[in-house]
Amino acid sequence: MKRRDSLKALTLSSLGLAGMNPQVAMAEQRELDSPPETPIKIPGGRQKEEAIRDARLMKEKFFTVSELATVKVLCDIIIPKDAKSGSASEAGVPAFIEFIAKDMPQNQVPLRGGLKWLDIESNKRFKKIFTLCSKEQQLQIVDDIAYPEKAKPMYSQGVAFFNLMRNLTASGFYTTRIGIDDIGYVGNTPNVWEGPPADVIKQYEKYIS
Amino acid sequence: MFEIKEQPAVFDVVIIGSGAGGGMAAYQLAKAGAKVALLEAGGYFDPADPKYITQLKWPWESPRRGAGNHRPFGDFDAAWGGWELDGEPYTRKSGTQFDWFRSRMLGGRTNHWGRISLRFGPKDFKRKSIDGLGDDWPIGYDDVKPYYDQVDKLIGVFGTVENLDNEPDGIFLPPPKPRLHELFLQKAGKKANIPVIPSRLSILTKPINDQRGVCFYCSQCSRSCQAYADFSSSSVLVIPAVKTGNVTLINNAMAREVLTDPNTGLATGVSYVDREKLTEHTIKGKVVVLAASAGESARLLLNSKSERHPNGLANSSGVVGRYLHDSTGASRGAFLPHLMDRKRYNEDGVGGMHVYTPWWLDNKKLDFPRGYHIEYGGGMGMPGYGFGSGIEGMNGKYATSAGVMKPAGGYGASLKEDYRRFYGAYIGMAGRGEAVPSYDNYAEIDPTVVDKYGIPVLRFHYKWTDYEIKQAKHMHETFEEIIHSLGGVASGTKPGADTNYGIAAPGRIIHEVGTVRMGDDPKTSALNKYSQAHDAKNVFVVDGGSFVSQADKNPTWTILALSWRASDYIIDQTKKKNI
Repeated sequence: MKRRDSLKALTLSSLGLAGMNPQVAMAEQRELDSPPETPIKIPGGRQKEEAIRDARLMKEKFFTVSELATVKVLCDIIIPKDAKSGSASEAGVPAFIEFIAKDMPQNQVPLRGGLKWLDIESNKRFKKIFTLCSKEQQLQIVDDIAYPEKAKPMYSQGVAFFNLMRNLTASGFYTTRIGIDDIGYVGNTPNVWEGPPADVIKQYEKYIS
Repeated sequence: MFEIKEQPAVFDVVIIGSGAGGGMAAYQLAKAGAKVALLEAGGYFDPADPKYITQLKWPWESPRRGAGNHRPFGDFDAAWGGWELDGEPYTRKSGTQFDWFRSRMLGGRTNHWGRISLRFGPKDFKRKSIDGLGDDWPIGYDDVKPYYDQVDKLIGVFGTVENLDNEPDGIFLPPPKPRLHELFLQKAGKKANIPVIPSRLSILTKPINDQRGVCFYCSQCSRSCQAYADFSSSSVLVIPAVKTGNVTLINNAMAREVLTDPNTGLATGVSYVDREKLTEHTIKGKVVVLAASAGESARLLLNSKSERHPNGLANSSGVVGRYLHDSTGASRGAFLPHLMDRKRYNEDGVGGMHVYTPWWLDNKKLDFPRGYHIEYGGGMGMPGYGFGSGIEGMNGKYATSAGVMKPAGGYGASLKEDYRRFYGAYIGMAGRGEAVPSYDNYAEIDPTVVDKYGIPVLRFHYKWTDYEIKQAKHMHETFEEIIHSLGGVASGTKPGADTNYGIAAPGRIIHEVGTVRMGDDPKTSALNKYSQAHDAKNVFVVDGGSFVSQADKNPTWTILALSWRASDYIIDQTKKKNI
C-alpha cells in the first residue's frame, strides 16, 4: 500500500479488512452473545469493564460545591489566562481534578485536607474562607506557599498542598486542546518525517558535528 | 450439570497463544495447508477496527489523560491486561520478586511492544563456551540466520548495515533520520567512544506488500497501528493466517491442560475453559504447539500431569519452569539546558527511538559477564498525565533566556512561561542486558492456589545475582558518561549499592524466557533443537520458553525465527510421517 493510500484509509473508519472473514465474524459474534446489561456506550479503544468503571466514576461526586469553587480559584491562580492562551478553568481543569481524586484515591485526603488548611489559614488572617477573600488577600497566602525554597517552615503543609495543586493543574491543562496549542505540540497527525528542519540543525550545529 | 463440549473435528495442529510465536506458527502452518485451531485466552483484536483503535486519539479522550493507574502503560496502550489480572493471580516464594505481565488479546503483547527487532549474534548462542556460565544453545547463528532473513522479508525491519561484532545485520528497510536529541547522542557517543547507530525496529518505512500500509510517523506503535505499518502479531500474522481459510480462531479460550494418550504418551488435544462463558471444552489435534508465553506454557505443561507424565508433560528432566530469566534493566533521565526554548515542529517520528547503542565492550576487561544495549527517549512528545510535574525542582535552577533567575515553584503567567521553556528539553536512557540463566530462578505450580477457573497458578522464585547487579552499576556509569558528554544534567541521584544500583525487578522488562529450554540432552532440557518436546514428539513450544539464554537483545525476532523453523520442521516431519 502506498503512503498516500494508507493516509486515505485512515480517514475511513477502518481498512475494511475486518468482518469479511467468517472466522472473524465468529470471533466477534461471541462478544454480541453476552446478555445486554445496563446499556453503556463503550468508546473506541476501551474495554467494556473500563467503560463501566469510567462511567461509574463520572457519576460519583467527591468535592463539595464549596471545595470545587476553591479548586477553581487555585487552578486559575496557577494557570491564568495570558497573552498566549486561556486559563485552567477555561480548559476544564477543575473537573479533571475532581475525576482524578476519584480515580486515584490516594489524592483525596491531601486535596480535601489541603483545601481545609487553606480555609483555616485564610480565616486566621482575614476572618473569611479563601474564596471570599479579595484577590490580594488570596495571593498573600499563595505567596507564602508557592515557593518551596523560600517558604517558612510553618507553611510546609501548605507548600506540599500547593505543589500537588500545581502539578495536577499542569496535567489537566496541558492535556487539553488549549494547553497543547499553548505548549506548541504539533504532532499526533499523519506526516512524513525528514529529520529536524534545516534552521534547527544550523542553530544546534556545535552539538551535532 | 457439568458438560464438556468437544469439537468433533481433529485438527492437524492446535496452537495455544496468538503472540509472536503462535502467530508465526499459525501463519506458516496454515499457508502450508494444515488445518489449524488457534486458541487465544483473550478477546479478538484488530488494530484497524475503530472499536479497538486508540492510535491518534488525544489525551483528553481519556478522563485520566492517559495515566497508567489502570492499564500499566496508560489508557491508550494496546495491552489488555497488565501486571495483575482480576481472578488470575500468581504468587512468589521466599520473599523473592518476579512481576509477570500478561496481555489477554489477539496478538498478545506484540500489540504494544517496542518493535526493537534485533537478531541474536553468533556469540549469543554459545555463551558457556565463551565465559563458562550457563549453557550453550544446541543450535548456532548459522542455523537461525536463514529464518532471520525470511522474517526480515516477511515482516519488515529498518536499520543499517554496520558490520559490528555479534550484532548481525539484517535485510533492512531505510531507517528514519535521527531526531534532534538523537543527533546530539550520536556526537556525544563519538566523544565517549560509545557506538550510537540507527535503531532496528519492525516498522515499515517503505511498502512491502499490498496488505500493509507504511509508517505515517505518529510515534504511537505502542497503540498498535491501524495501517498495519508496525509488527503486531494480530495484524501481520494472525489476521492473514485466518484469511487462508485454514485457521479456526477461538478467542477467550484459556487452556487448562494438554491432553495425552495414556498408551503412547503423545498429545491428543487441549482442554480449555471459555473465559467469558465459563464453559468447558476440549479440542483434538495431531500436533499441539504451545505459544502461550514462557510463563503460561510452562504452567500448562506442569499442569498436564498423567501416569505417563507424572511431573507434567515434557518434564521428565524436571527443567520445565527452571532457568526463568528476564533482561536486566536500569534507567536514568537528563535535562539538556541548551534545548530550553526550542523551536516547535513535529518530531513524533516512528514509535520509539531512531538510534540506539548496541553492546560494545569486552567482558574480559569488566567485572561482570554479558552485555547490555541502551535505548533512548526524548523530544517534544504529546503531553499526557504527569506533564510538567515537578517543575518546582527545575524552574529555580536555570535562568531564563533573558538571564533572569526565578524562585523555584511559583504560579501565574511566569509559571506558564516555564512550562514552555522546559518542554522537549529532556532525554531518557534505558539499559537492557543479559542475565545469566540459573536453575534456581524458576516458576513452579503453587501447591495451594488456583485461579478463578480452578487452574493451579504459577509461583515464582527469582533473585538477581552479583552478575546482574554489577551490570546495572555499569549501566549507570555509562549513562552519566553519556550525559556528561551531551552537556546535560542528570536527573535525580545515581542509585547506589543500597538499591542494587536501581536494577529493575525481575519480570519488569517483559522479556521472560528460558522455562522450557531446548538442548541435545533430554536429561537437562525439555525440547530438542527444533523446539520439539523430547518426551512427546507431537508437542512443540514456540514462545520464549525454548530459549537457553536471552541475549543482550530483545527476544521477539528470535521467537519469530525459531517458531518459523519449528513450523518448517513440523511440516517436514508430518510429510515424512514421523509425527
